[in-house]
Amino acid sequence: MRATTDLDGLGLDDGGHLLVQRALEPLPAGGRLTVTGSHPALRVHLAAWCREHGHRVTEASAGGGETTGPGGPVEIIKGTAGEQRWRHAKRAGAADGPPDERADPRWGLAARGALVEAGGLPIGAEWTEREHVWADIAPRLYAAAAASQWDPATAVDWTATLEVPDEIERAVVQLMTYLVENEQAALIIPARLLSQLHPHFREVMQLLATQAADEARHVEVFTRRGLLSGGPLGTSSAGGRASLQTLLAEPDFTTASFLLSVLGEGTFLDLLRFIHEHAPDKVTADVARLAVRDEARHVAFGVAHTAHLVAADKSYLGVLRQSVERRHSALLDTAGLNTEVFDSLVLLAAGSWEPAAISRGWRAVRDLQASMDEGRRRRLAYIGFPDDEAAELSALHTRNFM
Amino acid sequence: MSGLVLGAVAYDPKVVTIWDGFRAWLRGPGGLDFDYVLYSNYERQVEDLVAGRVDVAWNSPLAWVRARRLAAARGVTLTPVTMRDTDRDLRSVVAVRADSPVRSLADLRGRTVGTGAVDSPQATLLPLSLLRTAGLRPAAPDGDGDVTVRRFDVGVGLHGDHIGGERDAARALFGADPVDAACVIDSNLLLFGREGVLPSGSVRVLAQTPPYDHCTMTAGPSADDTLTKRFGELLLGMDYGDQDLRPLLDLEGLKQWLPPRLEGYAQLERAVDEAGFYDAEGAIRASDYRP
Repeated sequence: MRATTDLDGLGLDDGGHLLVQRALEPLPAGGRLTVTGSHPALRVHLAAWCREHGHRVTEASAGGGETTGPGGPVEIIKGTAGEQRWRHAKRAGAADGPPDERADPRWGLAARGALVEAGGLPIGAEWTEREHVWADIAPRLYAAAAASQWDPATAVDWTATLEVPDEIERAVVQLMTYLVENEQAALIIPARLLSQLHPHFREVMQLLATQAADEARHVEVFTRRGLLSGGPLGTSSAGGRASLQTLLAEPDFTTASFLLSVLGEGTFLDLLRFIHEHAPDKVTADVARLAVRDEARHVAFGVAHTAHLVAADKSYLGVLRQSVERRHSALLDTAGLNTEVFDSLVLLAAGSWEPAAISRGWRAVRDLQASMDEGRRRRLAYIGFPDDEAAELSALHTRNFM
Repeated sequence: MSGLVLGAVAYDPKVVTIWDGFRAWLRGPGGLDFDYVLYSNYERQVEDLVAGRVDVAWNSPLAWVRARRLAAARGVTLTPVTMRDTDRDLRSVVAVRADSPVRSLADLRGRTVGTGAVDSPQATLLPLSLLRTAGLRPAAPDGDGDVTVRRFDVGVGLHGDHIGGERDAARALFGADPVDAACVIDSNLLLFGREGVLPSGSVRVLAQTPPYDHCTMTAGPSADDTLTKRFGELLLGMDYGDQDLRPLLDLEGLKQWLPPRLEGYAQLERAVDEAGFYDAEGAIRASDYRP
């Protein structure tokens, strides 16, 4: 049976080619399609369209001389171009399955599971192997992150009364100044990783995007709290900035994620909880509480991904160890934590300049450092480090916390 | 210089992409010592082909007509090499507004027709020849004829490769002081319809030319026979399924190269004579043509 399609009054300049394409689709190359219709330019259009798409109009129906109008049916012989174009096409993995072990750079930006036409420029992504970027928990963490996005304008009651003694307020402002600096580093790092990640690892890409968005909000709320009392912001120390900048320079996906999320943001969980606990006002307590919730997800991915890689390759522990040691030696000559930040933490916990209060604050900060250390050791042990090595590496972590 | 040197006209920046890409493929997998040079217009390219300054030329149909005449006058042999699948059996149409009282070519007597550039085979020379077959004498606005020709000279020297003039002629059907009919190639009638320049249903095709052929690859007297043969074989062997070639073939507007044929240029030869565009020896005779 001959294939036919009737375009009625539809022209090829008005979408009629969709019907022709649909009718040609099931035919093999060389198959014939009869097109009927009443559009006055149907034959002229069909001849031009077929030529452009590698099909042919049979001579009998091409018409000649001055003959115009739709005339009788037009017979088309299907060409081979469509089949040739898709001959070497391959699917970019499976849409509903986990990502492939190796993402082909030639898949480029194609959706996972899409049928990818051969050709075009390969994507310049550095991370194309699943083991180097993946964690099984990534899809769930992304879903949780997407569901937990909060609006800085409404999640914090910015109109709450601010009755903080001047000197305590200065300590809060100093801490906020320090937090902004750290969150800016924590924003740039996932953004940088994102730019070198093969999009085949969709859930990791999405998670890193939410991570960067989280940090953007943190930068906003910490800045806003820092300026709430109308004063200038606090100080930024050279040593603190140097410590953060070593993170920006980390070239490898996993070591960058390990140093930032497992050790840095892991340590920050304790810091933010401490600020929340000792906050002299509701706004400070709120911004710390909101940030710690987001940071917990970042830490969870960093730990899960690093553990995933180590489970596949134990020797990777050596690479992680080296990254900690390298960062430590790079920072040997720097002062570490901004003393103004440290003193501010003491004052925040003390709540006043009374000697007894300062003593309480001092002890609280010592306890904070101990719990930071304990948290790092626990996460390092989870990843696969023996306890003694975990303790040693935790001790080498930057004094600047992040 | 050894090898084969092709001349092509730079009617669009993409010409560099196309011939750089083809050159890499012809030299690499093809193993052919090949290079190309670009021309700003077809007349100089044709003169250089016949004089042996380039070995092969990627010729417009009008360039082929002139090359053939120049070569015949000088006793030089030209060898057709190949053409695109899209170069065969094209037609030009004369379109009028859908509600126009004009029902036949003869009705255009005393009216104005918009055409493409002076040297456009598809939008000027061939459709005006079609008018002559209906007994009409096309003439410039100040000339003595039955039909006034309003020409839209865009990209003169490119033999109609630049479609700007054709698009302007189509637009002029609906502009202030409109033309009564516009001459365009079939594929541009469809293109302008899809672009919205000629909204669907706004025009009617009054008449169409018989089918004619378009571009052709021509080897000149300086081309080495073996290299020319190999060049033709390589072009004919280009596979649209090849991921490296496909983007180039798409840019050049073909799915496959075909063997050349020369019978598709008779209509244009006649149109050129009628218009006095070139003489029998291939000299340019059109007084208002400045490529």
